[in-house]
Amino acid sequence: MERQNKNESTVLKWVLIIIAAVFLFIMVIMPLGMVVAGSFAKGLKYYIASITDKYTLKALLLTLRATIASVICTSVFGLIAAWAVTRYSFPGKKIIKSIIDIPVTISPVICGMIFLLLFGRQGLIYPILNKIGIDVIFAVPGIIIVTVFVTLPMVFREIVPVLEARGTEEEEAAAMMGASGWTIFTRITFPSIKWPFIYGMILSASRAMGEFGAVSVISGHLRGLTNTLPLHVEMLFNEFNTTEAFAVSSVLVILSIALLILRLVLQYISKKKIQKIQEVTD
Amino acid sequence: MKKRLLTVLSFLMLLTVLITGCGLNRDADGNIVSKKVTLINVSYDPTRELYEAYNSYFTKKWKKQTGQSVEVIQSHGGSGKQALEVANGLKADVVTLALAADTNSVARSGLIASDWQSRLPDNSCPYYSTIVLLVRKGNPKHIKDWDDLVRSDISVVTPNPKTSGGARWNYLAAYAYALMKYDNDESEAEDFMRMLYRNVSVLDSGARASTTSFTENGQGDVLVCWENEAYLTLKNDGSDYELIYPSVSIKAETPVSLVDSVVKSHGTKKVAEAYLKDLYDEKAQEICAKNYYRPSDKKVLEKYSDQFPTDFTMVTIDDFGGWDKVTKKYFADGGIFDKIYE
Amino acid sequence: MESISSKKIIPGLRLTFGITVAILGLLVILPLSYIVIYTLKLSPGEFFEVIFTKRVLTSFWISISTALIATLINTVMGIIIAFVIVRYEFPGKKLMDGLIEIPFALPTAVAGISLTALYRENGVLGRFFHHFGIPVAYSRFGIVIALTFVSIPYVVRSVQPVLQNIDPSIEEAASSMGASRFRTFSKVIFPEIAPAVFSGAALAFGRCLGEYGSVVFIAGNMPFKTEILPLIIMSKLQEFSYSEASAIAFVMLIISFLILMISNIVASHNIRIKGGVS
Repeated sequence: MERQNKNESTVLKWVLIIIAAVFLFIMVIMPLGMVVAGSFAKGLKYYIASITDKYTLKALLLTLRATIASVICTSVFGLIAAWAVTRYSFPGKKIIKSIIDIPVTISPVICGMIFLLLFGRQGLIYPILNKIGIDVIFAVPGIIIVTVFVTLPMVFREIVPVLEARGTEEEEAAAMMGASGWTIFTRITFPSIKWPFIYGMILSASRAMGEFGAVSVISGHLRGLTNTLPLHVEMLFNEFNTTEAFAVSSVLVILSIALLILRLVLQYISKKKIQKIQEVTD
Repeated sequence: MKKRLLTVLSFLMLLTVLITGCGLNRDADGNIVSKKVTLINVSYDPTRELYEAYNSYFTKKWKKQTGQSVEVIQSHGGSGKQALEVANGLKADVVTLALAADTNSVARSGLIASDWQSRLPDNSCPYYSTIVLLVRKGNPKHIKDWDDLVRSDISVVTPNPKTSGGARWNYLAAYAYALMKYDNDESEAEDFMRMLYRNVSVLDSGARASTTSFTENGQGDVLVCWENEAYLTLKNDGSDYELIYPSVSIKAETPVSLVDSVVKSHGTKKVAEAYLKDLYDEKAQEICAKNYYRPSDKKVLEKYSDQFPTDFTMVTIDDFGGWDKVTKKYFADGGIFDKIYE
Repeated sequence: MESISSKKIIPGLRLTFGITVAILGLLVILPLSYIVIYTLKLSPGEFFEVIFTKRVLTSFWISISTALIATLINTVMGIIIAFVIVRYEFPGKKLMDGLIEIPFALPTAVAGISLTALYRENGVLGRFFHHFGIPVAYSRFGIVIALTFVSIPYVVRSVQPVLQNIDPSIEEAASSMGASRFRTFSKVIFPEIAPAVFSGAALAFGRCLGEYGSVVFIAGNMPFKTEILPLIIMSKLQEFSYSEASAIAFVMLIISFLILMISNIVASHNIRIKGGVS
């Protein structure tokens, strides 16, 4: 009886693995293959020339800046908001949770539009900003604000389900014993959400790097100034430089692979630490 | 303990401000230093190579004339979207868009004087293009002219005039043919257009996407496109396609203009004016021709007559009563183009 | 009553709540209010005229139906992928894990171009479907493919952390007690991950409803056939019809907000039931 059960579960295991693998192969690896094939269509030399082009490097730098700003904002916001939403109960909690989700679900087109209306010449803020001499829209700050906007809920989304599943008993016990909020957070809450937190950061980094629609409305596409990598890709494509466009988008793929490696390293280190602790306690 | 949390928070906020802040400094650099000046040219998609060549010609000439060095920052994108952005505060010193309707939108927002198009020769068009048909090698479906496009066995690729400026030229070129064929009977011409758009298999959002649908993705038998884009396609894989000039087409005017209020606040009026005026230089006209744009200078056009045949009827936008009228009648919501699909 | 008073024990409510509301107000609610302001510039009659044209209504139907199908695919596949990555050891597991974020990082335009090349009639995958007379690229099927691609990460990444926190011994106990695999999943695992599944699926749906960049390349954009809502907004915007664009955006926003609300309510309802049992 038990053996039969085990056989059944190995069969199930491989069926599930194969389903997942086939799906990802068709939906992710094949399009990725198209990008790689496209980038090298004119040979390695052309590829290297495309990705080390002056404007490509400037676009890369801008993308990295927007990404770092986004990751910081979503992390800080996510931790604070998740703490507020899961550790306490207050009226209107569900509405707040739903509002937090809006930036992820909103259409990039709508997102670009609202910031255009907010900061553009039509808006109320524009004359004031213009007087002080600060460019927001069609300048780097605008791009960063929009990128922060679309990635804002990423970390929050990852942490909340875990915190909800865990409940608040441990924190309450600690608080009864007189621990401060900061201590409770660093000693009890954070260790349990470390991995979802890191997932959230990686998700937001990827999303920030690839964000196109919203940024495209408020960037102005100024070459070397306000062109992010995805915008640069679009521009190259529209100028009949398909190979260069694919080559530059492969830079984004390389960046996300770098993120993956970073995560694997972190996972490895934390595993080592746990092993050490176990050795000591043994 | 709360303090520690606050310190960490404020540190992170500071870091964010620093990252965003860097941008502020660099963007405020727009101030005019007497030795160096920056021009922003907001253009549409396929003009990059044209302006790359022209910018290097102009900066050299300007340096020689005045001793001042100019840096031209280019912006390329869909013409309509670029106009929207300039109207909303993108600080372009000059706009070089795909059609006067888009420049008019910017003018309507108060940034450009309304008489802008009469400020430079040839309706402010130093270069222009026309609409042609691109078919597969050997022309297997024997497409010669617009009326082949309404045949039931033909599948057409053209972008959506609602989202693409170039597509409006395509529409008008075919419409001009229909009007001539049916002796200016508008309802019959509209039926012709309805039949043509029934044959459209892919209505992409931009000219470039249409070209991709036709070439790489093998959609349709004929692509309606700009002459310069047809030449770019032929340059990339010339052996697979053929260029057909229809009997009637339209002069696709791509005018240039100063953005008056921006050059005023940037203090760049002089250099921007020269930048546009020098597009009419003979050397600049040659640059246009080499990038497959028809030069407005008749002599240069003559020189490149192999590339730019003139043995077909070329109507202009004025024959339709100008862009304001055309946009309202054909392309606005509820206009004739919308009715085609109802 | 008891739960509310006990929760007040943990310090920091005012600080965290204040910061959350402040950031939300400035960065989310203020910009969004502009949609309402511009929509209100239309009279109710004009508003209905914008929304209730056949073309806009058809686009609503196209956008919603394709987004629903794509979300459904990704919900099922997302649970499977998350489960496989968390529970099983197999070669290539780390690669699989790492692939999940790729759809986010790839610019949507590039995704659209690549997918169209794969699914066109003579493309590597399109050829297979063409064999059965099913067109993929330049049809609604193509829209579903593009939407599925861009929303892969949501369900996987929201289910994964929760699954990791479930003790596998519970399942083992259940199955050793003779419960079938399916029963173990539906009675033991699914209730645990349900909130995460719902919230991931709601996000995926919202994203699909609004996706523009990749879809415009693969859809063909034919009015009444494959024209999606964001495309209509974009063309209204380019005609400088801010109010009309806002009106459609407003309706879309309401739809995604409702779906998020429902998912949040369903999710917390689930937790409550679970709490009652234990």
